Amino acid sequence: MSTAFLTAAPAVAPVVRRSRTAGLLLALLGLVALAFVLDIALGPVRIPLPAVVRILLGQPTDTPAWVFIVQQIRLPKALTALAVGSGLAVSGLQMQTLFRNPLAGPSALGLTAGAALGVAAVMMAGGSVVGSYAIRTLGLGGSWGLVLAATTGAALVMGLVLVLSARVRDNVVLLIVGLMIASVTGAIVSLWQYFSAPEQIQEYLLWTFGSVGGVTGRQLAVLATVVAVGLGLAFASAKPLNALLLGENYARSMGLSVGRSRTLIIASTSLLAGAITAFCGPIGFVGLAVPHLVRALLRTADHRVLLPGSCLAGAALTLGCDCLAQLPGSQTALPLSVVTSLLGAPVVLWVVLRRSNIRSSFS
Amino acid sequence: MPEPMPLLTADDLTVGYFVNRKTPRPVAGPLHLTLRPGELVCLLGPNGAGKSTLLRTLAGLQPPLSGRLELGGVSLARMNPAERARQLSIVLTDRVDVGNLTVRELVSLGRHPHTGWLGTLSAHDDAQVQAALAATDTAGLAHRPVGELSDGERQKVLVARAVAQDTPVVLLDEPTAHLDLPNRVALMRLLHRLARQTGKAILLSTHELDLALQAADQVWLLPADGSLRTGTPEDLVLSGTFAAAFAREGLAFDPTSGTFALHAPTGPAMQVVGAGAAAFWTRRALEREGFVPTTECADWRVTVPDGPGLGHWTSQLMGDQPAGPHESIAALLQALRQLPHNHPAGAAASH
Repeated sequence: MSTAFLTAAPAVAPVVRRSRTAGLLLALLGLVALAFVLDIALGPVRIPLPAVVRILLGQPTDTPAWVFIVQQIRLPKALTALAVGSGLAVSGLQMQTLFRNPLAGPSALGLTAGAALGVAAVMMAGGSVVGSYAIRTLGLGGSWGLVLAATTGAALVMGLVLVLSARVRDNVVLLIVGLMIASVTGAIVSLWQYFSAPEQIQEYLLWTFGSVGGVTGRQLAVLATVVAVGLGLAFASAKPLNALLLGENYARSMGLSVGRSRTLIIASTSLLAGAITAFCGPIGFVGLAVPHLVRALLRTADHRVLLPGSCLAGAALTLGCDCLAQLPGSQTALPLSVVTSLLGAPVVLWVVLRRSNIRSSFS
Repeated sequence: MPEPMPLLTADDLTVGYFVNRKTPRPVAGPLHLTLRPGELVCLLGPNGAGKSTLLRTLAGLQPPLSGRLELGGVSLARMNPAERARQLSIVLTDRVDVGNLTVRELVSLGRHPHTGWLGTLSAHDDAQVQAALAATDTAGLAHRPVGELSDGERQKVLVARAVAQDTPVVLLDEPTAHLDLPNRVALMRLLHRLARQTGKAILLSTHELDLALQAADQVWLLPADGSLRTGTPEDLVLSGTFAAAFAREGLAFDPTSGTFALHAPTGPAMQVVGAGAAAFWTRRALEREGFVPTTECADWRVTVPDGPGLGHWTSQLMGDQPAGPHESIAALLQALRQLPHNHPAGAAASH
């Protein structure tokens, strides 16, 4: 190593790093656009890519049926996938930093289970034959109620896990706590199922497979609004999240109001995971795996970069999984959470195997 | 010269924690403390005496049980976290596991209380980060990921982060733990230089008694009973305060050498004739062997060489012919062990 390199390095390196990061974020954005168009093109009726782009740009096309399919079914579905992917990835990123735990994520710590309990509670309170697919046909008030219930369920679990995490410093114990909470809420939901009619159970089971389809019109507007608010809160927490990288004590010593920041982060995470789970069912591994992929790709721990990166990568991954779920050429679609788990579990395994000291180091 | 205004003062301060909501468990106090600019202060004391609790309380990370605490003339209790963070920074013992963060990014986090809502660094912030890296000799590490650093490098980087926070007071909780001797010495030297050059008040807790005695402008001695003694290290040694504080731990402090005696010799007195390093290390070897080295006339006598490589050790019993010359201390000890009578090791073995 020459001395010239040593003296030149400090001046050059940050610039190189910054342009590399910007390039990768742009590439991710391109990937999202590609997956978005592809997701609209694929399905039982295959629409050529140029036609999809023309329809999306509002230009006339000679097949009116395609316009209807795109506008009424595929575009809402792709927009939902966009919201689901970015929302879950960002909520996972926030949880991993807040808990300083590489295996934290909306599903691993029982957050989606809490949201599911909220959904089940709304159904039980409704008393009538209301499956979650039926809930999607509810009016605007109904969907807000569902979001509120799911978010409350998620926030309750998140708060409980957080209280316990203050007492229990061990990551593994915390994960066990999350699993137990998930299993208790799962048991309550099972109890509800036990006393329900078979068709209700079938609809609930379909909901647990996860799907970004069928969320249209006002429901999509509600989901998009809540996810936008959640993402806004998350982006406003970029600086506190960076301070929390060093742990709560350091964060406090650097002037962070830890309680306030924590509330903000919990609110954002619960809103995102709650609303998404309410409408699309539990979709696993996106929240857990995407932040790891983004950290490996962007090679940074700075949340001002990781947050937009997770947004884009989460959206691209979910859109991509939804494309795969269409099983191109076939008439049936696979459940989305099956595809995300099939892809996500190996990613998590890779993360675990790549670092032998996963318990102490994650970023 | 007038005494500079204290940066941090504590009056009647009792530190501790709450066992539950109603039961306080005081650990140390009442304490009267003053930190002045440009001073390096070492907080010494056995494990469990409350060093960490005191540091955490001074840093505002936990509330005091009672008493007044002022930072820059303002009550600590009335400050919000951001104001406090501009007055005081701390290096904790908490593990920092951020493999992906570069050294520069970690040090930049120290600018947290000075930056806007997004944490964007201004030119001034950048300059402060650069200055902190330079002051701690870590500029060469700036682009290394924190996860790849050695323990010594990591500790220096954490000090750099605290320096970048640009506060008049810097606290460090056992910064020398887990470091090897060269790194411990380097870190103490660095902290001493920082205090002198930047006018910061630096308070660190440590178990490195000999390093602390050499580097500290002030020593805060916190024995297990929670009663604090403060003073210049040399005064504390000469007045016997230092020895008294550690006597309760069953340790004998030797004010002549500034060390704790590992051995409690019970054997015969041995006169050591000579001076300098050779005499010092001969005394150490004799103590380990069970003799009580003395400068006065005794039945046993060892004469040490005048300088390095200048001669040999000779030993003799009073009245006997001198034995030797011995080439080295090892040879001297070997000869002493072979003397049939009065040898402390032999006497101990026969019991």
